[in-house]
Amino acid sequence: MKVISADHAVAHGVRLARAEVIPAFPITPQTLIVELISEFINDGELDAEFMPVESEHSAMSAAIGASAGGARAFTATSSQGLALMHEMLYAAPQNRLPVVMANVNRSLGAASGIWLEYNDSMPERESGWLQVYIEDNQEALDMIIQAYRIAEDRSVMLPVMVCLDGFVLSHTVERVDLPSQEAVDSFLPKFRPLNVLDPEDPKFINPVTPPEFTMEMRYQLDRAMEGSREIIQKVDGEYAKVTGNRYGGLFDLYNMEGAETALVTLGTATSTAKVVVDRLREKGKKVGLVKLRFVRPFPARELLEATRELKALGVFDRSISFNGFGPVFTEVRNALHSVTYPITNHIAGLGGRDITFEQVMHMFDIVRKSAEGEGTRECTWHGLRGAME
Amino acid sequence: MHMARSEGGDGMNETKQMKSIRDIPRDDYFVRGHGACPGCGVAIAVKNIARMLGPNTTVYVPASCLVVFSALYPTCAWKVPYFYTAFENTGAVIAGIKAAYKRRGKDTVVVGMAGDGGTFDIGLQALSGAADRNDDVIYVCLDNEAYMNTGIQRSGATPFGAWTTTSPIGKKIQGKREFKKDLDAIVAAHGIPYMATLSIAHFNDFVRKVQRAKEVKGFRFLHVLTPCVPGWRSEAAKSVTIAKLAVETGMWTLYEVDQGEEKLTYKPKTMVPVKEYLQLQGRFRHMSEEDITTLQNWVCKKWKEHFYEEIPVPPCELEKGKKDLIVDEDPLHGV
Repeated sequence: MKVISADHAVAHGVRLARAEVIPAFPITPQTLIVELISEFINDGELDAEFMPVESEHSAMSAAIGASAGGARAFTATSSQGLALMHEMLYAAPQNRLPVVMANVNRSLGAASGIWLEYNDSMPERESGWLQVYIEDNQEALDMIIQAYRIAEDRSVMLPVMVCLDGFVLSHTVERVDLPSQEAVDSFLPKFRPLNVLDPEDPKFINPVTPPEFTMEMRYQLDRAMEGSREIIQKVDGEYAKVTGNRYGGLFDLYNMEGAETALVTLGTATSTAKVVVDRLREKGKKVGLVKLRFVRPFPARELLEATRELKALGVFDRSISFNGFGPVFTEVRNALHSVTYPITNHIAGLGGRDITFEQVMHMFDIVRKSAEGEGTRECTWHGLRGAME
Repeated sequence: MHMARSEGGDGMNETKQMKSIRDIPRDDYFVRGHGACPGCGVAIAVKNIARMLGPNTTVYVPASCLVVFSALYPTCAWKVPYFYTAFENTGAVIAGIKAAYKRRGKDTVVVGMAGDGGTFDIGLQALSGAADRNDDVIYVCLDNEAYMNTGIQRSGATPFGAWTTTSPIGKKIQGKREFKKDLDAIVAAHGIPYMATLSIAHFNDFVRKVQRAKEVKGFRFLHVLTPCVPGWRSEAAKSVTIAKLAVETGMWTLYEVDQGEEKLTYKPKTMVPVKEYLQLQGRFRHMSEEDITTLQNWVCKKWKEHFYEEIPVPPCELEKGKKDLIVDEDPLHGV
């Protein structure tokens, strides 16, 4: 057991997963990850190539080169760094290269800040990367290890982005149990690359591809993403066997038995929402919580199944699509298009603003009202100074 | 594919010392069937570099003419592993591949082959990063002095006065107004183990430099001037002649910096006036006497910097109406 930040938990996960090539560029609040990894390497605790590259674009380029060269690659970034990588993000999934990256969520663009928001990673839902959002430091460590097992599964062969809340997790220490190297080795076999650059078996990877062939390649990638749902569930079970830690795979349910109203949350807001659910349950209110973990693949069918009996659902978003709603709401409503109960969107915590107990309580209150047929907004901004229009 | 392995030695690329054009191995790893234009300087350079690097080589090519004409799915002119992802990241990707090979215990030559746009301009940052880290890779810049793949746009490598589609011959401004960026000085300033400039018209020099790049460890940079028939508006049969004149006029200087020691590898007996070089290329045919003199001054200054020899600026006398210029009128060339 150690008392460490989530950034350091990620670094330990990388060490235990025996990543081999780690191109890195500093950006707050990610930097603690690559600092500790470089310490591991210089102290001989991790046998890997550390590449101090000159930008995030080069970090992702080098990770892709390393993965195509047959090595297990890791990098980490945040916000502007992720945006700079954007072009290269697409090359990893489309070349079926199972890179794992930690993205420490931080707001992107103006109003400039270094604090938590999901507007950096949410736009990358379309890039072909799997995306998982993390609630606590233990999960950060465990998901780095799980991410390699999922990414490198022969039926997946896609990169995984492990998203964790900037500062709220990245710079906050918690108790974390470190699994033994033997346990991790038994869970995560050596990387067996599928498409590899090897002069003894020369292949050409990613030539210019004319329209006659591109659609089929996109379809294969889409099917691989679809198939990853099953692998995610399986890997979660197998990881639990080795470490005792189980996360539920695509999402986790909290007090959903007999729930009439519920909230969908992701990231650290989930922990706050769990306390609210506990209080409301103590008062006899039939409320529950869906802790969304994977945004890609999005658990559309599974979510429909889990929420079928509800009378109303609220969806929390930590970013806004500037189209009236947040991205998670858009995903959820698309998945639940066949239900008849009301679904409301709840925007909170943008730019790193704290999400309070009272705000979440208010979210549940709006969901209850919508269930009872009272007029509610489709989308409410919580903690906004001044009234909404 | 059949892999030719040398006898003895510890690697597949062990070959005898190559000193001249006669020593170039005959096995091709960049084979016929590619889609380069006739007279393409890039194809000449790449074919011969591939022969000299041998089968234990992995090639990365960023966005460029080469990426388009060497592999179009499902065909490929490379018999060694080949990879492409984007435009500006050659230095980073080849470093990543090399790091993976190091992990796998593979002693393979990793070479990036980028154009001038991908090196002088958009790829300069990743190139600098790899040079700074002294990554054990070879970076080849195939310099045809403009963005030829996208249809002849001006780059940092385009010479003064040259026409391109983004330095057009207007009523007010004619051709590029800036001089060619001194990329070699920028690269050399990183203090890398080996860098050299090459010409497809001076082949013994070419062979010796590729050989040297192959045997040195660390970051190596080879800069080849590669005439471009559609982009330079020249005759396919004259690519090598033009490359030769580039050297004889001083527009292109053959030298190397080996372990910090700069050495000229060829000095023309006399400096040929730059007009002789310009005359064979349609991209310069609009140039005024004044502009040619400006360019000639630049060449004389460059000559003095390299050869420590003061050359009086030759007078530029254009014979009006008697311009010996070959212009490729094919509107689709290079687009």
